Amino acid sequence: MNYSEKVMDHFANPRNVGEIENADGIGEVGNPKCGDIMKMYLKIENGIISDVKFKTFGCGAAIATSSMATELVKGKSIEDALKVTNKAVMEALDGLPPVKVHCSVLAEQAIKAALADYYTKRGIDPTPIVGEITEDCHDSGCTGSCSI
Amino acid sequence: MEKIIYMDNAATTSVSDDVLSAMLPYFKGKFGNPSTIYSLGKDARSGIENARKQVAKAIGAKEKEIFFTSCGTESDNWAIKGAAFAGIKKGKNHIITSKIEHHAVLHTVNYLAKNGFDVTYLDVDHNGLINPEDVKNAITDKTALVTIMYANNEIGTIEPIKEIGKICREKGVIFHTDAVQAVGHIPVNVLEDNVDMLSLSAHKFHGAKGVGALYIRSGVRIETFMEGGAQENKKRAGTENVAGIVGLGKAIEIACENIEEKNKILSQKRDKLIDELLKIERSRLNGDRVRRLPGNVNISFEGIEGESLLLLLNMAGICASSGSACTSGSLDPSHVLLAIGLVHEIAHGSLRLSLDNNNTFEEIDYVVQEVNKIVKRLRDMSPLWERIIKGENK
Repeated sequence: MNYSEKVMDHFANPRNVGEIENADGIGEVGNPKCGDIMKMYLKIENGIISDVKFKTFGCGAAIATSSMATELVKGKSIEDALKVTNKAVMEALDGLPPVKVHCSVLAEQAIKAALADYYTKRGIDPTPIVGEITEDCHDSGCTGSCSI
Repeated sequence: MEKIIYMDNAATTSVSDDVLSAMLPYFKGKFGNPSTIYSLGKDARSGIENARKQVAKAIGAKEKEIFFTSCGTESDNWAIKGAAFAGIKKGKNHIITSKIEHHAVLHTVNYLAKNGFDVTYLDVDHNGLINPEDVKNAITDKTALVTIMYANNEIGTIEPIKEIGKICREKGVIFHTDAVQAVGHIPVNVLEDNVDMLSLSAHKFHGAKGVGALYIRSGVRIETFMEGGAQENKKRAGTENVAGIVGLGKAIEIACENIEEKNKILSQKRDKLIDELLKIERSRLNGDRVRRLPGNVNISFEGIEGESLLLLLNMAGICASSGSACTSGSLDPSHVLLAIGLVHEIAHGSLRLSLDNNNTFEEIDYVVQEVNKIVKRLRDMSPLWERIIKGENK
């Protein structure tokens, strides 16, 4: 798999790995059948994402996109975090191989799922703010390495 | 990374020094076209014919039954399409294969299925073994070909080829076996095994890439695959890869020397690696423990994904392979692991280490240590592992 140096850096040294106790929002997307699950934890104070952690089961790109997505939303307002697209994650990683683009979508969805959970916990319907969350497999693979 | 530990010998092997020395004269000095009549061409011709002798001897065939090709995949394509197209002329349009074949066979058979052939894909048991009785029951008077691999490339299971061959012979059906993982690794004899056609590939046993061979038993008639000149007894056109073929001959000769003795040591190394890796909690061995290629180790670790494992192993200087989903864009993990009954999430977390006599016990210790570290590291950050562990506590 031809990954950029940035992808390899975030894969080998992922930022913000772990869990947050009493997180304000937790989002989980993906499914084990497809080979990737991302779980995001958010701490939100005065509308600002003051802390973020993740746990990911998946390929190199799944781990790297999770790591980069946490970096992109950390310290941001909810409003700005919702503007972080999969494209922004990919660009920040200097691109992804075409078959791995799906991982960046999953990372965007994981952040949104955590924010949706934050609103739900506060009794607010998240859909008008966060949008629909696609939690399942996409049509392109996120795992790697061919059987030979 | 000081040293590379190569444990992906089922993918390919390095060209050995002896093989390289045998090949080199044919690139420059003896570069003539083997179809010409001057000495330079005759030198090349005799190189090829010597290699044919070496291959024939290694698998118990006659020289005229060996045809050189460009790779194992070409051998498989030729054998399968050749037998299918010859069969259709006799009104036979049925092919029997298994669900765990290499893509070189599986995709060729799929192509024929799309073009009007009926295909039976036989199931395997949880160790990847095909039941010869299933082959027997699947054969009809329309069956043109049975194609079953000698040994599986992913899980190392060695199939009951002799028994399947016997059934096919009795029923008068052509039997082909993709022996790319077997030849040069375990004793193979086409006569004892009742095989009609057999594919092999040089780079799996320290020959060069881009050269293979197909054994076609005398009397078995199949269609030509590569049309053109009169090479290979008019059965496979194209100027021969002389150096590659010479290398194949040398490589097969070396690989088959004292094969059983070499395998005793190799399987000790394999067994040590298996036993050590199975000490990791929630791991399982894929493939048959006994009927197994002497260098094959295939283990699944729950809660982690194969590509991440391979990337981290690479950073530790270890070359290995996995059965997780293909870069082809498929979401499905290895068809072999699914066929032996693994669920997707476990198949995604599989690791194949394929050893060779060059691998040392020290290397095995290092690999065990690194795999332990990496599996722990990935599990610590895996929400799936968290789920598995919580499920256990319930």
